[in-house]
Amino acid sequence: MIKAQKFTVGNAIKHLIVLTFVVLWTLPTAGLLVSSVRDADQLIVSGWWTALVPTERNEAHRTQSADAQVEENGMFRIDGQLFREGSGRSVVAWGTGPRTLEEYEPGGTWERDDGSRITIESDGSYTWLSDEPFEHTRGIRLFYIAAIPPRFTLANYERVLEAEGIGRAFINSVTVTLPATFIPILIAAFAAYALSWMTFWGRTFFLAAIVGLLVVPLQMALIPVLSTYNWLGQTWISSLGWEPRSYLGIWLAHTGFGLPLAVYLLRNYMVGLPKEIMESARMDGATHFKIFISIVLPLSIPALASFAIFQFLWVWNDLLVAIVFLGQGEGRTVLTAQLRELLGSRGDNWEILTAGAFITMIVPLVVFISMQRYFVRGMLAGSVKGG
Amino acid sequence: MLQQLILALWAIVLAIGLSALFFIGSNLLLDRVLTSDHLRDDDARSQRDDIRESIRPWIFIGPALLLLALYLVVPVFYTLWLSLNSRGEFVGFANYLWAFNNRGFQISVRNNLLWLFVVPTFSTIFGLLIAYLTDRMWWRNIARSLIFLPMAISFVGASVIWRFIYDYRGPGDDQIGLLNAVVVALGGDPQAWIALQPLNNFLLMAIMVWIQTGFAMVLLGAAIRGVPEDTIEAANMDGANEIQMLFKIVIPQVWGTIVVVWTTITVLVLKIFDVVLAMTNGQWQTQVLANLMFDIMFRAGDFGRGSTVAVFIMLAVLPIMWWNVRQARKEMG
Repeated sequence: MIKAQKFTVGNAIKHLIVLTFVVLWTLPTAGLLVSSVRDADQLIVSGWWTALVPTERNEAHRTQSADAQVEENGMFRIDGQLFREGSGRSVVAWGTGPRTLEEYEPGGTWERDDGSRITIESDGSYTWLSDEPFEHTRGIRLFYIAAIPPRFTLANYERVLEAEGIGRAFINSVTVTLPATFIPILIAAFAAYALSWMTFWGRTFFLAAIVGLLVVPLQMALIPVLSTYNWLGQTWISSLGWEPRSYLGIWLAHTGFGLPLAVYLLRNYMVGLPKEIMESARMDGATHFKIFISIVLPLSIPALASFAIFQFLWVWNDLLVAIVFLGQGEGRTVLTAQLRELLGSRGDNWEILTAGAFITMIVPLVVFISMQRYFVRGMLAGSVKGG
Repeated sequence: MLQQLILALWAIVLAIGLSALFFIGSNLLLDRVLTSDHLRDDDARSQRDDIRESIRPWIFIGPALLLLALYLVVPVFYTLWLSLNSRGEFVGFANYLWAFNNRGFQISVRNNLLWLFVVPTFSTIFGLLIAYLTDRMWWRNIARSLIFLPMAISFVGASVIWRFIYDYRGPGDDQIGLLNAVVVALGGDPQAWIALQPLNNFLLMAIMVWIQTGFAMVLLGAAIRGVPEDTIEAANMDGANEIQMLFKIVIPQVWGTIVVVWTTITVLVLKIFDVVLAMTNGQWQTQVLANLMFDIMFRAGDFGRGSTVAVFIMLAVLPIMWWNVRQARKEMG
């Protein structure tokens, strides 16, 4: 319930603190997003927060040689243009050397020692006048500060998707993630039903074991599982043309590592379903399989959705399992691994990194925002596990 | 591209189809093989039913148990065994001795302890503060959603975001990293933050706090909702201010949730890997156990010492594991 609040200093401070947090928490991602659509040349010389302001850059231009001169009323003149047509740039200031860039305003005139005069307009056109004919074969250099209008582009995205392998990695990520999300759900749903509604030897023991397994660090499993995969690959599966590092291998690995949380979450949910429904169905002679398929599974959809989102985000965002069991290169690199690769090889190409990072984030962000409700519900139910 | 897409879709359908087929097939098979429909005698019939229904739980739970055993239980023991070996030979505790005397390992342990202290503490405090302050705010949902959002971002993605913030350019150039731009605007000198010891460790931890605060906030927000209205009313009547309310009423009532949030983040932080790998790869004294293990395992190819490092992570988790299992047993009665 929202109560009308009086304006007080305390209240204002409250809002201010929250606002500060919100800004601090949002700015990093905003910066990435803005940078990813900026022109690569601008991105490296100015901060993303100046993206809407023209950037200034020190440039130099060599004038045309004497061949370009025209005679006019006994005067000789050379006309030229500093900028390419349609670039939208303008001259902020200019000067005679790289250190005296602010000597003249646009429109100002530089009287040279030989009596000739150079004028640069703010649109970048310049005129060089002289009473004597020009004889130089190489033009002189003009130094100026150019204002470059903000430019936004999707070129960075095109480049990372194709040339930098992010497009391919995206498909690989989908290939890894979908089965690695659905297989554990299916397996865990059956197990959770058995643990909640069937009686068999060792039930409490298994339950306790699963709670214990929730926090076992992945690191404890990496080496044995990898050695087993390598061994399988070397001995008998290689004759079937399979490799130790395969999609099947990573699906099963993610399934195994995700199962404790899946079983725990689903069991907690299923055990809370009304007992009467189950019992009356049993009376009618329905088997457990039938009850599970036709009653429990449909009723458990909220819990299934919660876990699905968890597992989806976890697998999509995972780096460790992917680089251990799928490796890098050979066209099987997933998004996170590819992004890390770029971070190593393109550490300073921020236009590539920002666009690449945003592509890796887009799917989880959409899933997350559209299904936040289920995600939160799952989190509240399963917060014993450490991710 | 299209070919791989088709292959991927096909693999997905096959993988999901096969697992579904297993459950449906095995259950139908069980019904068929051990059917009691043809038996006339009631005793024989119920006996047959009992046998059938005592097998069925194992079909339900079997695949899960098998996978858990193959991917978690057996590997844990195998890793313990490997940690006592070096290149196929039993060496007792030699790997552990090596670890204690290894500079890289010592730095990792120190850093892991720092991480363990800083990240859960700040995430929980920030999360609690935001949850409490936004509890009755009209723009509560939008504020919480924005702070929660980093939870969806991968650690590698977050590392790119923050490397950009910590970016460094020479003193003469315009800074494109936000942090250096702020420092320069305030009259300071730009710094190569990631290499700046020992501050760099805390800058890496900030990334994790940024991600986990949302988690703490949501859990604590739900707990604060559950604080009985009348206790708050009563405190209000007694003229308690917001700060007293937080410390005297709210925190004691949500203490259980604070502990859960704290331990959950602790377990996560113990395994911290991606952020360090992507930001520094352990350079400039930022190494942590999980990344050290990865290094030893893949760059040096030493499974024995790699296992030893993993065992240390496991040892750190054991108390939490023991506590969780005890709580679960209590709940089950």
